[in-house]
Amino acid sequence: MVKFNCSSKSAITSFKVMLKIRKNIAISDSGFVFDPMSGESFSLNPIGLEIIQLIKNGNNFKEITKVILDKYQVDEETLDRYFYDFISTLKQFNLLESTSHG
Amino acid sequence: MAKLTIALSGLNNIDSPGPGIPVIRGIRDSKILDARIIGLAYENLDPGAYMHELVDKTYKVPYPSDGVEPLLERLKYIHEKEQIDVMIPNFDAELFTFMKSEKILQEMGIQTFLPTLKQFEERHKANLPEFGEKYGVKVPYSEPITSVQDFMNHKDKFEFPVVVKGKFYDAYIAYDLDQLNMYFNKIAAKWGLPIVIQEFVIGTEVNVVALGDGKGNTIGAVPMRKTYITDKGKAWGGITLEDPSMMKLTAKIISQTQWRGGMELELIRTAKNELYLIEINPRLPAWVYLAVAAGQNLPEALVRLALGEQVEPFQEYQSGKMFIRYSYDMITELHEFEQLSTKGEL
Repeated sequence: MVKFNCSSKSAITSFKVMLKIRKNIAISDSGFVFDPMSGESFSLNPIGLEIIQLIKNGNNFKEITKVILDKYQVDEETLDRYFYDFISTLKQFNLLESTSHG
Repeated sequence: MAKLTIALSGLNNIDSPGPGIPVIRGIRDSKILDARIIGLAYENLDPGAYMHELVDKTYKVPYPSDGVEPLLERLKYIHEKEQIDVMIPNFDAELFTFMKSEKILQEMGIQTFLPTLKQFEERHKANLPEFGEKYGVKVPYSEPITSVQDFMNHKDKFEFPVVVKGKFYDAYIAYDLDQLNMYFNKIAAKWGLPIVIQEFVIGTEVNVVALGDGKGNTIGAVPMRKTYITDKGKAWGGITLEDPSMMKLTAKIISQTQWRGGMELELIRTAKNELYLIEINPRLPAWVYLAVAAGQNLPEALVRLALGEQVEPFQEYQSGKMFIRYSYDMITELHEFEQLSTKGEL
């Protein structure tokens, strides 16, 4: 099982991290994401789309975790792991604006 | 507007297509221009010659390498028959001849809208480092060479892989001296000397199609990323981008060089988000119809500029517009081929 490295985990979870999707990124209801700056497009699965929409609506990590934990059968540790992985992917593809600590 | 007669070259539409057909499509789409299209073909099998819905009449013309006189003689003949208003040469290899003949063509009543000889020479692949320095644009390090021995004298300035480029067309990545030698001979046999050896910049290739009015203004510009690239490095698919840095660089280059006519900037965006200029093609590229579809009919604007009209710069375009190129087996009759190959007209 992949575990969080402590420093990485704290970067995401110890603060009320405000994640922000870059403002010109287009996200359709089907989960299709288009970055007009790079011309790259991506497909999200329904949960990915839900998380991105939560981020877009201004929810922080704590709030997103609560929504997902309430709605789906997943334990917090697993969610943390997948959430971190997902955010890393968004960062890698340059879809996020720089994070700030709230 | 009265019906115009517009002559164009670049009717080859193969896996390394010429810009002729896409330029014609732009002109055909125009709500301002009403044009009779005269195709200028170099080969009997140039597909554009047989696309009668796009090209009204085609004439064979001699290769630019045959010299200025035979080409001008042929154009005089065509002009007598067709009364050409505007001519749009679409090949790099013929531009020099047309630029040299601009005045003669003008006296005949044929308008062009081409870069000046100075602009044309300055942006040559062999002169790119000087161009970069003069205009403050990042370019990869390069050296023009006339022999592989020549390269050996500059060897310390390069690290493999390097890009081996022909003066007009063709570019190959050479990973060692053997490959460099092979590509040098291959390109030199086809396009002559010098061959340009260029530093290989790692990143994503992005391009801009643009049109300058010759007074420093950008009439239009649309950036694109190739989404599918052929083994010849040509775009087989592409998507328009929303990239202010590419637009800024284009405006800077057009403004500083006072660029006149169509151009294509070939750029590399590195992982550090830096833009390197790797080439300026002094004409509209084969993917120009993407710009038309995205809201900037650059071929139409080019024709209007050639006619001396005042053209307002385009203010916007649609990002995320895509093109997907395809090949198509056009059926034609033997007598058409016969007519073009024996009479030189179709």
